[in-house]
Amino acid sequence: MNENWIEACAADAVAPEDVIRFDHGDRTFCIYRTTADKYYATDGHCTHAKVHLAGGFVMEHIIECPKHNGRFDFTTGQAKGAPACVDLKTYPVKVEAGKVFLDLG
Amino acid sequence: MPVEFTPRDYSLVGRDTKLAEERGLASAEWYACPISRQRLKELMQRRDGPALRDTIIWFALLIGSGVLGFLTWGTWWAVPCFLVYGVIYGSTSDSRWHESLHRTAFKTTWMNDALYELASFMVFRESVSWRWSHTRHHTDTIIVGRDPEIAVPRPPNLRTIVLAFFGLKSAPKEFPRMLRHAFLGRLDPGEATFIPKEEQPKVFRNARIYVAIYAAVLGLAIYSGSVLPLMCIGLPTFYGSWLMVVYGLTQHAGLAEDVLDHRLNCRTVYMNRIHRYLYWEMNYHVEHHMFPMVPYHALGKLHQEIKSDMPKPYSSIWNAYCEIVPALLKQHKDPTFFVKRELPQHVKPVPALEPA
Repeated sequence: MNENWIEACAADAVAPEDVIRFDHGDRTFCIYRTTADKYYATDGHCTHAKVHLAGGFVMEHIIECPKHNGRFDFTTGQAKGAPACVDLKTYPVKVEAGKVFLDLG
Repeated sequence: MPVEFTPRDYSLVGRDTKLAEERGLASAEWYACPISRQRLKELMQRRDGPALRDTIIWFALLIGSGVLGFLTWGTWWAVPCFLVYGVIYGSTSDSRWHESLHRTAFKTTWMNDALYELASFMVFRESVSWRWSHTRHHTDTIIVGRDPEIAVPRPPNLRTIVLAFFGLKSAPKEFPRMLRHAFLGRLDPGEATFIPKEEQPKVFRNARIYVAIYAAVLGLAIYSGSVLPLMCIGLPTFYGSWLMVVYGLTQHAGLAEDVLDHRLNCRTVYMNRIHRYLYWEMNYHVEHHMFPMVPYHALGKLHQEIKSDMPKPYSSIWNAYCEIVPALLKQHKDPTFFVKRELPQHVKPVPALEPA
C-alpha cells in the first residue's frame, strides 16, 4: 500500500477540541485535535454542501458544519444524520517531532 | 418611458432559479461579521440546562392550560385557557421546531431530535421535508428561485398575509401536500430539488403517521360529539398560530432579495424577556443566520460581539412593524421597492451585486 506522508502543520497549531484548515495543491483538508491530544484528518468540505468544516464546531469527536449543522464523527468520517448523509473521507495522521503529517495515499 | 416590472418566479424550478445560478447566488459564500475563533467557540458551547428549564416550563404551560381548558369546557373560562393553549401549541412550537432542527437547543442529540419531532407535529410541518426545506433556506436565504421559505414574495398578497394569522395560509398548502406524501408517495418538483432521494421514504412514512393521528382525533371528535379533541390537536394551527406570524414577519419581510449578506435581508429586533422566551431568542435573526451553530441562549451575547458591524437593531416589535407594514403596502404597488438596511459607515455589504 502506498504511503504519501505530507507535513501539514505544527502540532500546537491546532487547539485541543478544535479544527484547522490545511490546503495541499488543489485539495483541502481538516485537521482535528481532541482533548486527549489525538489528531485526525478528513476532507475539508462537508459532503452535504461545499462548506468548509474548518469553520465548524468540535464537540468531543464530532465536527458540526458551520452552515447547516450537519455532523460527522471525524475519527471515522461517519455522517451522523441529516443534512449530513454521506460519510466524510478520513486520512491517517501521525505526529512526529511536534509536527502533524497526513498520509494522502 | 417607465420600465415594466417582470414578476419574479418564486418557484424552485423556474426562470429565477436559473437566473440565481447564473448570477452566482446559489450555494454562494455569505458575509460573516468578524469575531475571534476563541470567542465564537465559547458562544457555540452546547448545554442541556437552559433548554431543559425552558422546555419544562413550556410543557407546564401547555399541559396546564390544556387541562384547565378541558375542565372548564362549556363555560367561558375555557376561552382564556384555550387562548393560552393555542398560542403555546400553535405558535411557540415554531421556535422549538426551529432551534431543535439545528440541534443547538440541547447538548444531547436525542433531546433535540425528540423535541424536533414533537414540535414539527404541533406546528403542522412534516419533520423530514421541513428539515431539508430549512436547510435550503439557510443555504440561499431570500434568494428568489432557491429559497422555499420566502414568506412574503413580491408583490405581497395582503389578503394572504391576513389569512396567515389564522393559519389559513400555511395549512391549506401543507395539508394537501401531506395527503399527497401519505397516499401517493410523491413530492412536488420543487421539493424534489432539496430533499435527497434516500430521505424521501421517511417523508412519506411521517406523512402517513401524521394523517393517521389527525384521522384518529377527528374520529374521536365525531364519536364523542364534541369539538374538544380537535381544540387540543388540529385546530390550534388555526386559532393559535397568530403569534408565530407576528414574530415570523419580523425576520425578513420587506427586506432585500438576492443579496449575500444577512445584515441586509434579516432583522434583529429587541424584545422583552417574555417574547424572547416564547420566541426562543430568534429575534436575533441576523446573528442566527450568520452563525447558526450558536445556540439560542447565547445569541444575545453574540449580538453584543458583532453589533458594531451590523445595522441598527429594531428597538421593539412595534418599531419593526412601523417599517414592515408601510414597506409591504408600498411593495403591493411597487414590487421593486424594498427596505435598504443601513450598515455602519465603515462597512460595506459583501459582495455588492447588480440588481436582477
